[in-house]
Amino acid sequence: MHSKRLLSRRWLKIPVFLLCLAPLLLLAWKALHQDLGANPVEFITHATGDWTLRFLAITLAVSPLRRLLGLPELIRFRRMLGLFAFFYGCLHFTTYLWLDKFFNFDEIAKDVWKRPFITAGFLGFISMAPLALTSTAGWIRRLGGRRWQMLHRLIYISAIAGVVHYYWLVKSDVRKPLLYGAIVFVLLAERAVRWGVGQRRARPSRERAQSIAN
Amino acid sequence: MLVKKAADIRYSEVTPKDAYLNRRRFLAAIPLAGAVFATRAAAAEKLAAVKGPFSTDEKPTPFQDVASYNNFYEFGTGKDEPSKNAGRLKTSPWSIHVEGAVSKPKVFDLDAVMKMAPLEERIYRHRCVEAWSIVVPWIGFPLNVLIKAVEPTAKAKFVAFQSLYDPKYMLSERQAGIGLPYVEGLRMDEAMHPLALLGFGMYGQILPNQDGAPVRLVVPWKYGFKSIKSIVKIKFVEKEPPTTWNLTNAREYGFYSNVNPTVDHPRWSQASERRLGEFSKRKTLMFNGYSDQVASLYTGMDLRKNY
Repeated sequence: MHSKRLLSRRWLKIPVFLLCLAPLLLLAWKALHQDLGANPVEFITHATGDWTLRFLAITLAVSPLRRLLGLPELIRFRRMLGLFAFFYGCLHFTTYLWLDKFFNFDEIAKDVWKRPFITAGFLGFISMAPLALTSTAGWIRRLGGRRWQMLHRLIYISAIAGVVHYYWLVKSDVRKPLLYGAIVFVLLAERAVRWGVGQRRARPSRERAQSIAN
Repeated sequence: MLVKKAADIRYSEVTPKDAYLNRRRFLAAIPLAGAVFATRAAAAEKLAAVKGPFSTDEKPTPFQDVASYNNFYEFGTGKDEPSKNAGRLKTSPWSIHVEGAVSKPKVFDLDAVMKMAPLEERIYRHRCVEAWSIVVPWIGFPLNVLIKAVEPTAKAKFVAFQSLYDPKYMLSERQAGIGLPYVEGLRMDEAMHPLALLGFGMYGQILPNQDGAPVRLVVPWKYGFKSIKSIVKIKFVEKEPPTTWNLTNAREYGFYSNVNPTVDHPRWSQASERRLGEFSKRKTLMFNGYSDQVASLYTGMDLRKNY
């Protein structure tokens, strides 16, 4: 009960926001103290990519955790978490555009077209954009809850594409991408199972409804 | 009466000889601090050398970068892991088995090998297949010195190299994602080329463990992974020997792996590279800028096919 009350507090969004910002602050701190290692650009690329994937997984975990912990209040934080996934994705993408490619759009186009791991990363990133754009209450109203929800299932694509992007990127040690893959798999499988159960439950009642209508 | 003055230092205070001799190992055994001390300890061990040929006048990469940003999968697949974990590598005593198609096969003691020729300092560019590069003042002598000493027979068409592998303190094949021990190879004329170096040191000191101590190959016109580290075996063979990255992914890593800006890695461009310590990228040079020396080795070869 106590945690429920805490989770509904308005001010709680502020510390959660700051916590989500911590990885960026840490990165900035390290950059300021020249502590990004021998290849700072690579360090920034990996850090922002890692946090994009982590926030995607955290966002996907909100719904299952609400049910598992019996804390529906957790929904209050989902939009912020999702937007942070997009935020870190933007930083990751900008690092690539600027510090890796120096806005050489010829080369970028070739990369996206020719290199599957970049194609996957790009797909994951642009799938997040419409979600960030339509994250407001106004857009939920405009689209209608059902359509909005359908659209926001694009996060499944983002998460899968993100894992594939990472898996295709590494040279040989696939342990970390597989770990992310396993987490995303569990989060999506939970939804699939629940959807399957829902279908089976819905069917008899629908048949019953039909027989009554007949 | 003879009054004996007490000795300034009691014998019990003297560091036991064994501990003294193994002091570096002792320091390296301290977890966490190990990496720092291992690097410092290596820094103390100077290695004298005369100026050798083929040096670039480009600015060498800071030692700290070369000693902390490594690909040495036996000690971890992250760039910062080898410098933390390679303290476990025991580099003394060290022997190199030289065998195969030679008249004088021999198990060399490292100290004996190091005395085979005057040690030279050569400042080479080093280009990783991952599109980053460094400039390193290596210390060593041409690999062909050792090759001539064992007198290869007519059957020696290739040279195969093998790294030390001890699963007790190195990653497993599964963890590293590559077959181990690490193996590499060169064609005989490549191995005999005066640019190909047998390296024992860098920056005026013996090699830090994470950089391939105590003896490694330096082949500056090829991608870095060809320059095999911590060599324990050299074998002269008739057929092209297997190489680790080629076995891992043949489509992406060929036997030759010459630096070539016009042949992309399937997953990224090789046209440019990031020199560690520089903000913008620089164009990658054919054969890493050593065309004048080595291009003739490959006349008539399709370098797109023999990548």
